[in-house]
Amino acid sequence: MNKVLYKEQLSDEVFRMRIEAPLIAQERHPGQFVIVQIDTNYGERIPLTIADADQQEGSITIVFQAVGDTTHRLAKIEVGEYIENLLGPLGQPTEIERFGKVVCVGGGIGVAPMHPIAQGMKQAGNEVKIIMGARNRDLLIMEDDMQKIADELIICTDDGSYGRKDLVTVPLKELCESWKPDLVVAIGPPIMMKFCAETTRPYGIHTIVSLNTIMIDGTGMCGGCRVSVGGETKFVCVDGPEFDGHLVDFDNMMLRLGTYKEREAEDHHQCHLDLAIKEGKA
Amino acid sequence: MSHPTPEQLREDAAQLLATIDPSALKPRDRMAIPVQEMPTQDPDQRVCNMEEVAVGYSREQVILESLRCLQCKNAPCIQGCPVSINIPKFIEKAAEGDFEGSIAVIKESSLLPAICGRVCPQEAQCQLYCTVGKSLRDVEKSVSIGRIERYVADYERENHLVKMPEPAAPTGKRVAVVGSGPAGITVAADVRKAGHDVTIYEAFHKPGGVMVYGIPEFRLPKSIVAEEIENLEKMGVTIETNFLVGRTRKLTDLIDKDGYDAVFVGSGAGLPKFMKIEGENLIGVFSANEYLTRSNLMKAYDPEHASTPIYESKIVAVLGGGNVAMDAARTAKRLGAQKVYIVYRRTEKEMPARVEEVGHAKEEGIDFLLLHSPKKIIGNEKGRVTGLELLAYELGEPDASGRRRPMAIEGSESILEVDTVIVSIGNDSNPLIKKTTAGLETNKWGNIIVDEQCRSSIDRIFAGGDIVLGAATVILAMGQGRTAAQAINERLAQEN
Ligand SMILES: Cc1cc2nc3c(=O)[nH]c(=O)nc-3n(C[C@H](O)[C@H](O)[C@H](O)COP(=O)(O)OP(=O)(O)OC[C@H]3O[C@@H](n4cnc5c(N)ncnc54)[C@H](O)[C@@H]3O)c2cc1C
Ligand SMILES: Cc1cc2nc3c(=O)[nH]c(=O)nc-3n(C[C@H](O)[C@H](O)[C@H](O)COP(=O)(O)OP(=O)(O)OC[C@H]3O[C@@H](n4cnc5c(N)ncnc54)[C@H](O)[C@@H]3O)c2cc1C
Ligand code: SF4
Ligand code: SF4
Ligand code: FES
Repeated sequence: MNKVLYKEQLSDEVFRMRIEAPLIAQERHPGQFVIVQIDTNYGERIPLTIADADQQEGSITIVFQAVGDTTHRLAKIEVGEYIENLLGPLGQPTEIERFGKVVCVGGGIGVAPMHPIAQGMKQAGNEVKIIMGARNRDLLIMEDDMQKIADELIICTDDGSYGRKDLVTVPLKELCESWKPDLVVAIGPPIMMKFCAETTRPYGIHTIVSLNTIMIDGTGMCGGCRVSVGGETKFVCVDGPEFDGHLVDFDNMMLRLGTYKEREAEDHHQCHLDLAIKEGKA
Repeated sequence: MSHPTPEQLREDAAQLLATIDPSALKPRDRMAIPVQEMPTQDPDQRVCNMEEVAVGYSREQVILESLRCLQCKNAPCIQGCPVSINIPKFIEKAAEGDFEGSIAVIKESSLLPAICGRVCPQEAQCQLYCTVGKSLRDVEKSVSIGRIERYVADYERENHLVKMPEPAAPTGKRVAVVGSGPAGITVAADVRKAGHDVTIYEAFHKPGGVMVYGIPEFRLPKSIVAEEIENLEKMGVTIETNFLVGRTRKLTDLIDKDGYDAVFVGSGAGLPKFMKIEGENLIGVFSANEYLTRSNLMKAYDPEHASTPIYESKIVAVLGGGNVAMDAARTAKRLGAQKVYIVYRRTEKEMPARVEEVGHAKEEGIDFLLLHSPKKIIGNEKGRVTGLELLAYELGEPDASGRRRPMAIEGSESILEVDTVIVSIGNDSNPLIKKTTAGLETNKWGNIIVDEQCRSSIDRIFAGGDIVLGAATVILAMGQGRTAAQAINERLAQEN
């Protein structure tokens, strides 16, 4: 049982929560995630990135988008109430070193998992430029948090309601040309990560993506989270969640994410960025 | 042939029993008593529910079956039981109707008889050595040791006669147990009895290991496992779920930072193997672990209450021939698949699954496609499975293990139309603990190497069960748990 200490609504669908979890707070590193289950008997186990941690308070922060059954129910849990099950920290931590020039691209809810990584990169002495994308101004989250870290912050919205009216791949390409980053980290909807990887490929810039496959246990015992990376099957929960974006078979991964589509609620998840890119506007 | 109802079987047994004077029985008379069939739910009905298939003997049946035992002086059956239960003695008491006395004998050696009585591969263990089976030249005619064991264990539980052992006075020593499968449960109980403080750390949100997430309800009711766990808690064992050793805390930190005096690792063999064939990442291909976990642990078979979805299938191919394959196939059937195939590359004789499970699967209409193995999985443009390309096999010369080696017949490709493939070809051990623990020696399959006292290469760290044996059995895991617990208790006693 883990107590909810703080809750805030960041946008229409996005929530930030601080949850009591002293052991996880102690052991976690950027890039790692937890499995949340809100009902021991019948609940689903869902993975959420640890967006931040406070060792003193013994708490972790999650930022999540209410897209389906479990995330909507999670959003209804109030401060002082409990989350029945929380397991973590899971996955391999991000490799944080002094690479030199790093571009972090966060799309939609992907900005949340990007936050600890960008922070780590900055602390390790990198120059960090951040590109954030969202459908519109209302859906843009954590701008202030990112502003504190970034040497330059570029904001894009699909509808131009804030920042540039562009897909994140446009400024990414510009930076590849003009700034020549040593590393790109992209986290967001799979289609965005796929096109970020395609954008950097011609420049040969190493590109890390963080995959959000369907998971059950998060410990390597089911294989449900598997993806093909460089022709080899990998388990995202234990081998990842971060992989070389140039090697990931995104098409297969996106298909697999739709395994239960018929049964689960409407696909709220597909943002306009996905559509725009699908329509060939990227 | 119509399916005999439990009531019919009971009546038949009662009639026969009335004609018998137990004190006058000669060995020949005992061997003439027919093997008592296990009453089961009607196959047509049971494929529509998740309830237990085998409903258990009646009192009349258990006495009759117990009278079949010859009480052999040398008791060859005992050598077949990994924990050396005094089989003739507990059967003798059961034959007398002294079920409390009977279970007391079993509990001297086994901690989980209600479970082992249900899931032990008896025909390959105790019952393989039984004199009755040998004399009648059919292992299926051996005394049904497991069924009698189950009866007396159920009798004890259902009549609330279970007595909790009183732990010895507190020693001030603390022991951590990693994993709550049969190995972990056994260690926890035995170490707690010696007066040590015990905490079990379990990665999942519910304790019980494979007995909870793998073996389905229709074979092992979860309430039985839950009761074993409650008993542990009553003895004062603490259970921490949602705790992944290696991630939430490093194995060695349990000793170095948290001050445990000993740690037992019983983390099981939880890494699913895939076949490494084309199409294995298509939608509709699952490991048996995933499929069974969704259904058992997450209760996806009950979509009205459960949030976790499970794939809706019409035609399912299960790859493999072990207990896990049978469980997956029978689960798929219960979830509404119209047709379920077991695809196995050897013949039924070589199948590692328990004979009883194979029999039950057949009764439930599972199709056995023997001497076939998949070459690739075929999908459509949406990435969903549509078929399985198979190769036919024949059995060649026996290999080193004595089993005849299956060999592909060239040019024998055929296509089986399916929409779901469940890969059930075994589990390796999960590498997490090994990867996060420097100095822990493992073999090439990733199993922790231990000595005959279950001591690992690191001082104070013990291991047992599937993480040591590779995917094995409940009773072997329990047996190792006993060994490890004894070693831990001796070690901690020395330090006083
Ligand atoms: C390692 C990892 C880290 C993640 N971190 C975060 C995070 O920090 N914040 C956050 O909001 N989300 C994160 N996700 C995604 C999150 O797990 C899913 O949004 C969640 O499982 C949806 O559950 P649900 O029951 O609410 O929706 P469901 O009812 O299960 O699904 C609703 C819709 O979302 C789709 N969907 C289901 N699972 C996923 C998934 N894993 N990824 C993308 N779409 C999915 C379904 O196809 C369906 O269309 C992460 C995923 C992974 C694997
Ligand atoms: C589907 C299926 C059917 C089977 N049928 C039979 C049968 O009919 N008869 C029979 O005798 N045997 C059967 N078996 C095999 C039997 O279940 C196992 O041999 C037995 O459960 C092994 O016990 P164990 O205690 O070693 O591990 P497990 O039962 O595997 O338990 C290990 C536990 O450790 C936990 N764990 C793992 N890693 C960590 C970690 N790092 N930190 C914390 N916790 C961790 C796991 O979540 C799990 O709960 C079957 C197995 C399966 C999968
Ligand atoms: S525990 Fe298993 S092997 Fe031992 S007597 Fe019972 S059924 Fe037979
Ligand atoms: S071998 Fe068979 S007949 Fe002999 S004591 Fe054991 S169970 Fe009884
Ligand atoms: S979620 Fe089960 S193996 Fe990754």
